[in-house]
Amino acid sequence: MFRNTYDSDNTVFSPQGRLHQVEYALEAVKQGSAAVGLRSKTHSVLLALKRSTGELASYQQKMFRIDEHVGIAIAGLTSDARVLSNFMRQQAMSSKMVFNRPIPVNRLVSTIADKAQVNTQEYGRRPYGVGFLVIGQDQTGPHLYEFSPSGNSYEYYAMSIGARSQSAKTYLEKHYESFEDASLEDLIRHGLHALRETLQQDKELTINNTSIGLVGPASAHETNVPPSGPFRILEGDVVQPFLDTMIPKDTGAAAPAPAAAGDEDVQMAG
Amino acid sequence: MTSIGTGYDLSASTYSPDGRIFQVEYANKAVENSGTAIGLRVKDGIVLAVEKLVHSKLLVPGVNRRIQTIDRHIGLATAGLLADGRHLSNRARDEAANYRDQYRQPPPLKNIADRLGLYVQAYTLYSSVRPFGISTILGAVDKDGPALYVVEPSGVFFGYHGAAVGKGRQLAKTELEKLKLTELSTREAVIEAARIIYLVHDDAKEKDFELEMSWIGDETNGLHLPVPKDLQAEAEAAAKAVLENFE
Amino acid sequence: MPMERILSPNDPITAPKMPSLPASSTHITGTSVLAIKFKDGIMMAADNLASYGSLARFKDMQRLQAVGEHTVIGAGGDMSDFQYIQAMLDELIIDEFTAQDGHSLGPAEIHEYLAQVMYARRSKMNPLWNAILVGGVKDGKRIWKINLVLPPRRFLSFVDLLGTTYSASTLATGYGAHIAQPLLRTAVEGKEDILTAEDALKILEQSMKVLYYRDARSIDKYQVATITARGISISESRRLETSWSFAEGIRGYGAQTQ
Repeated sequence: MFRNTYDSDNTVFSPQGRLHQVEYALEAVKQGSAAVGLRSKTHSVLLALKRSTGELASYQQKMFRIDEHVGIAIAGLTSDARVLSNFMRQQAMSSKMVFNRPIPVNRLVSTIADKAQVNTQEYGRRPYGVGFLVIGQDQTGPHLYEFSPSGNSYEYYAMSIGARSQSAKTYLEKHYESFEDASLEDLIRHGLHALRETLQQDKELTINNTSIGLVGPASAHETNVPPSGPFRILEGDVVQPFLDTMIPKDTGAAAPAPAAAGDEDVQMAG
Repeated sequence: MTSIGTGYDLSASTYSPDGRIFQVEYANKAVENSGTAIGLRVKDGIVLAVEKLVHSKLLVPGVNRRIQTIDRHIGLATAGLLADGRHLSNRARDEAANYRDQYRQPPPLKNIADRLGLYVQAYTLYSSVRPFGISTILGAVDKDGPALYVVEPSGVFFGYHGAAVGKGRQLAKTELEKLKLTELSTREAVIEAARIIYLVHDDAKEKDFELEMSWIGDETNGLHLPVPKDLQAEAEAAAKAVLENFE
Repeated sequence: MPMERILSPNDPITAPKMPSLPASSTHITGTSVLAIKFKDGIMMAADNLASYGSLARFKDMQRLQAVGEHTVIGAGGDMSDFQYIQAMLDELIIDEFTAQDGHSLGPAEIHEYLAQVMYARRSKMNPLWNAILVGGVKDGKRIWKINLVLPPRRFLSFVDLLGTTYSASTLATGYGAHIAQPLLRTAVEGKEDILTAEDALKILEQSMKVLYYRDARSIDKYQVATITARGISISESRRLETSWSFAEGIRGYGAQTQ
């Protein structure tokens, strides 16, 4: 493993003005399995790939509900995610308590970003080792945000994080212009296609390894969703109808080359 | 660079033998790698503009702002680490609120710049923290009229008629110096600011960018607000036209 | 009527909703605030008097205050506590403004916040000595499924020093809760969606007049706030036309002849 003098401590700038500890934390996000997020005029959607340590083990939890109107998908250290998602829940509850208002999604994301920033500047801490995709709906419509350990947060039309997320990003960049007006079913199908790009060669998406999270009105394949379209996570059998909508991939020559490590942008500066 | 490998550049709490604090200088490097931000203090107002580098086409345009609002009449633009910018603008809001709490008046910008300078300086004293990797342009119209300050990673701050920080600051400063800032109206300054950001943006080397602008003046009732869409479009069109003639 | 009677907080005759004052300390106080719903929004009225005990101390007190773009609050009770509340809400509105993200606090949120503050303070045995009306209009909820924005919604609610809250289409604090509220109910209830701004103004004017005749802590100078979907306007101070000729025959009024 590469080492240099300026990388052991998050309170040290390198001579180039970089923060190596933060950049390594961004690598920790890429160790986690991928998550994909997309949004249309009416819906925001998350899709995530769950890993299992073996035949006898259950699959990991990739999505968390924060409040009626907000949910997240994670990549990286799950324990860090649990701490941050707990904090998000507290923030959401506090907004409800004090103002009787669901917290605006952007402000919720900003609170954890600000929290993460502190861990990039003070000694004795490490930056969080987890990235989030956050979806939610509020007075300004459905949203999708990415949160990362650097303390940055951005709003996207579509985004992916985690292992081999670059392949999913490539797919999303090719198709994102159609997302705005897409139906929920089409949006999820695009999401599944993007998520599929992150799979290892011999793997495929199944009802066991795929989670779908969404906000917005119910899809044709859902039952008992309140009209407000709160955040919900679909897992197991209910995922099957969505998997069935996928268009099989061209096999053979078009198999995706796994993205080389470290090929992704480290976006710290504006 | 002579600093590297000497061991004198690993902490903000260490001087080099010739009396420099390298960690602060490295923090300035973080600023220099960032998109340009400029501020214009003119006859009747303030204009802030930033060259927001767009790292992905999946980003939603118009949101993800790099210019922050601190109080009704105060705006803040940063160049450098984005998250540090948010940290400092949160602090600035706290300071502004604290001033209002004590004096029941809108804070003069000098006061806020002074307090932020102290805050930033404290992060250059200890090995347990790193300095802020940002330069901050503060603009306001307060009781004494338009005011513009820049707070640097060292904690030092100066007042300016025109200020530029970030990658393209040299060229931007040259352009600012050509303007008669004290005679421009705020509306005219918006056009000039757009032109300068378009000029300093290096098409060949850089990714796409988005121009983000805000203003404070009579036309905004003294509030710090984003430049309205039609004026922004007009300014960008004019900037592009000038560039084409230039080339 | 002896002073203690008016000032006792436990007096069932003194307005239950009007914060009354402990007799041991003297405060600058304001009296009634009135508010009603009408077709396009909310209208609120309060006079300009701030009393020092029974002395008419300040005659230019503004007791109606805009909070953000959609809300007006009107306060009776202790005026220094009200000024503290104004500063507190101003900070809140600045926080909201500086976020610059398209979200803003409406009357419902501001009322909830005030209620939380008032209740927390009373639970610390240190209440903010006010009764406050919160009125406003804010755009309705968005229904995503059919991409429809509901029409603006009127909001009118009460909160007092105990953190008590309630809503109605007519509200009044202090003496107005006894004297004006029945008049307002008769004039407004069932007609909230019919009354024009002109009608609403007449109703409030009439009630303010009755209050000025009856409430010894009131004056004939008052302001009216109108909140509609188009925004807020708070009028300049205006005068009530009153006639006291009827009083000539009342024993105890004017120069005594016997």
